[in-house]
Amino acid sequence: MEKFGFSLTKARVIDYDANDRSIVSYILEREPSLNLCIECGCCSAACTTGNFTGFSLREIHILLKRGENDLVRQKIRKCMLCGKCILVCPRGVNTRNVVFLAKQAFTKNEGYEF
Amino acid sequence: MNPHVIVIGGGTAGMEAAGRLARAGMSVTLIEKGKDLGGHLRDWYHLFPDRRSSDEVLEYLKGQISHQNIRLLTGQQVTGFIHKGNEFTVSTGNGDTINGDALLLATGFDLFKSERKEEYGYGIYENVITSADLEAMFRKKEVKLVSGKKPERIGFLHCVGSRDEKVGNIYCSKLCCVTAVKQAIEVKKIFPASKVFCFYMDMRMGGALYEELYKEAQEKYSVGFIRGKVSEVAVNINNRLVAKVEDTLVGRPLKMELDMLVLMAGMEMSEDAVRLAKETNLQMGENRFFKPADHHFGTNMGNVNGVFYAGACTAPLNITETISHARSAVTEIVNYLNTGRK
Repeated sequence: MEKFGFSLTKARVIDYDANDRSIVSYILEREPSLNLCIECGCCSAACTTGNFTGFSLREIHILLKRGENDLVRQKIRKCMLCGKCILVCPRGVNTRNVVFLAKQAFTKNEGYEF
Repeated sequence: MNPHVIVIGGGTAGMEAAGRLARAGMSVTLIEKGKDLGGHLRDWYHLFPDRRSSDEVLEYLKGQISHQNIRLLTGQQVTGFIHKGNEFTVSTGNGDTINGDALLLATGFDLFKSERKEEYGYGIYENVITSADLEAMFRKKEVKLVSGKKPERIGFLHCVGSRDEKVGNIYCSKLCCVTAVKQAIEVKKIFPASKVFCFYMDMRMGGALYEELYKEAQEKYSVGFIRGKVSEVAVNINNRLVAKVEDTLVGRPLKMELDMLVLMAGMEMSEDAVRLAKETNLQMGENRFFKPADHHFGTNMGNVNGVFYAGACTAPLNITETISHARSAVTEIVNYLNTGRK
């Protein structure tokens, strides 16, 4: 049969039902303040890492909640845990602990090493 | 003898209520700590959403209180009150006491002191001003930078002192969004060549004609809107302000030079009212405004029988809502005095 070079492109939709939210559940049990985020981006604006790399803590929060773990796993390696984000958060989210717990969850659940 | 109602606070709520009470046959004493009546309204230029001159509303309120049943006491600070049975005795700073049958607190609000958000540089950088400072400039018809030059790029920073755990205010002051849009339009009318940006977390346009004003700002004045809370403001080598924010809709940090930054200061319970509440055991809510007896049916009453509330001492309210709230307070007071004070 003639090959026309067609291939299937993976849909870029967030497949909410297929996604794994065990990581965010693990974090929320231990750091419920993550639920208070209003996505204002103040943490990302204050972030030194975010100024030089594609790291955005605000984005991490929403990706975790949607279960987009593949993106989170890569991105959180960049965080230096300096905690400037905590100082500026208007909702009092313990942002640094979210990163810390995310790493812990990836290691515990998936044996992933940072 | 007519029942006597003591109204504390001579701003919009106090003036409207005093006028209505007098017309309902009450004898009224209106006590104001400042030397002039009118409260914050005297500091504003145009009101949203229709940009009516605030002086027009002030004139209306002055008309309301020109009544023979109203006695004015200006320049007098209320220091406390006691009540025995159904009678209230209010004491003032200069040692006077006034007796009345009911008390209406119309003590209003204080603007958030923007110096408290040090990272925004109010009181540090000369061209960082507050929304109230800008109104004062509008009134004087002198909007300019400290250098005297025209601002070419102006930023409005929403939620200064509102929705912010770090200053202890989790509530939304709800008027600042529409005020920023109104002020952005005013600035564009004065400087058509300037570029104006609003930095917002959410645009809360929940009022009659607010959304229309927002659309007008986009359509006629090309006001830009950037979704993100500014983390800090600095000054660069060219002596221009630089705001740092995440453009959350793009998902990247953004920095922008500005000539002038306007901080949209939120509303807080007035300090004097907090003191009065503590001394007289009037309950305050979590937001420190007077706690209403019921959020649906009792916003003019609190925890002391015979003490009523009107206006922005109960929550952030706009002028329209304040006037309505003052009128409903009058209904409650008349009802209280006519039905055996229960």
